[in-house]
Amino acid sequence: MSKTRVVITGLGATTPLGGDVSSTWEGLLAGRSGAKRLTADWVENLAVQIAAPAAVEPTDVLERVKARRLDRNAQFAVVAAREAWADAGLADAGLDLERLGVAVASGIGGLHTTLANYDALKVNPRRVSPLAIPMLMPNSAAAYVSLEFGAKAGVHTPVSACASGTEAIALALDQIRLGRADVVLAGGTEGSIHPLPLAAFGQMMALSKRNDEPEKASRPWDVDRDGFLLGEGAGILVLESYEHAVARGAKIYAELAGAGISADGHDIAQPDPTGSGARRAMERALAEGDLTAADIFHINAHATSTPQGDIAESLAIRQALGKEADHAIATAPKSMIGHLLGAAGAVESVATVLALHHRVSPPTINLDKLDDRIELDVATEQRKLPDGDIAALNNSFGFGGHNAALAFKTV
Amino acid sequence: MASTEEIRSSLAEIVNEIAGIPVEDVQLDKSFTDDLDVDSLSMVEVVVAAEEKFTVKIPDDEVKNLKTVGDAVAFIERAQNG
Repeated sequence: MSKTRVVITGLGATTPLGGDVSSTWEGLLAGRSGAKRLTADWVENLAVQIAAPAAVEPTDVLERVKARRLDRNAQFAVVAAREAWADAGLADAGLDLERLGVAVASGIGGLHTTLANYDALKVNPRRVSPLAIPMLMPNSAAAYVSLEFGAKAGVHTPVSACASGTEAIALALDQIRLGRADVVLAGGTEGSIHPLPLAAFGQMMALSKRNDEPEKASRPWDVDRDGFLLGEGAGILVLESYEHAVARGAKIYAELAGAGISADGHDIAQPDPTGSGARRAMERALAEGDLTAADIFHINAHATSTPQGDIAESLAIRQALGKEADHAIATAPKSMIGHLLGAAGAVESVATVLALHHRVSPPTINLDKLDDRIELDVATEQRKLPDGDIAALNNSFGFGGHNAALAFKTV
Repeated sequence: MASTEEIRSSLAEIVNEIAGIPVEDVQLDKSFTDDLDVDSLSMVEVVVAAEEKFTVKIPDDEVKNLKTVGDAVAFIERAQNG
């Protein structure tokens, strides 16, 4: 049975580099860092005092009353979803809303709401907001995106830590291929720059402590990398069946050919050092997309800048692509935007789609000296991708051993 | 004691903050749900904010009787005088 073709017809993002897709993409191509030394009072006692905050406050964009009913997590999602919706021209498309789905993931959910209401509770239980539950539940962002546009097919929130955003896009692909929806708003969101995650990830030794040089903190594949940089924001893609997109004359950025999901079965936090789970995710994405390693010219790596994770992924890419990895340019957007957790795979899918669309790989910054255990062709300047039919991979891996890979191709 | 108009005016600011309704629309004869479109969760927020603002207690059982702005103002006046 032939698979339903699924294409990308709209993009939305709000990131540490900009409040929309074009400013984010320009920032990535220019090799700009979104990292900052945090200035809030609460950072004083923390070991990690750096992060990559959103470039545009969502409360400056959303209507005031709407914003106060949404956790920061959902605010980012609604901002990005509105952009993707407009970009895809869906407002005037006469959509059948019962065929419109949503898959918006988050790694952590409404953290600010949870903790602020716990503080309120300790003062007086009467002060706990009646909106606390609708704001803190992990599906809140997906639900508010569905309410924004009246989506009445499935509304989903896959949760798999830092693989969540990518898994949401994989789930959206399934929904269209299973015939459950024609159009799905898919992606991820995260708004977790708060002392608790900074302290908690810090205790795991997962974060860079390069407090004096925030812009140099996230340095995937570099010998001096010491952990990831926490970022925030959202990315949303409009996934649509090819048939539906063509029928309404939509512009098409790229095709999502296949997705691959696997689990390490190894450890709750450490990646499998052999990279076998990540390898299987990539192999499955290629197989599902009827692609081979020879088709891959661009790899948006998960590459968080942790000492072990970057090596395991490099091994996995070499195993999945073999010698064909020689002609694939590897890129690590986290060097610029940091790690957006549940939004990472979604924002990086937006970047991957644009890399294919514009046929250019953004640079990886802060790569002063490549770790000699990394066997990848990393671009430190933006590099042109070849003409003709080409494909790209986007990898995301999460605590818990979750691996998700997406295979996009030019149309 | 605060006058009826002072209470209405302060309550209007609370309703504006929480539900975004223009303060001039929050008049005594207006129904919270039918005229001002204040939903049940927002109404709980309004009640809690009003309790703190006017230093009164508005029992949960009483909230359903506060259909109009005038009902709420009258309840607050009675509670302050009681």
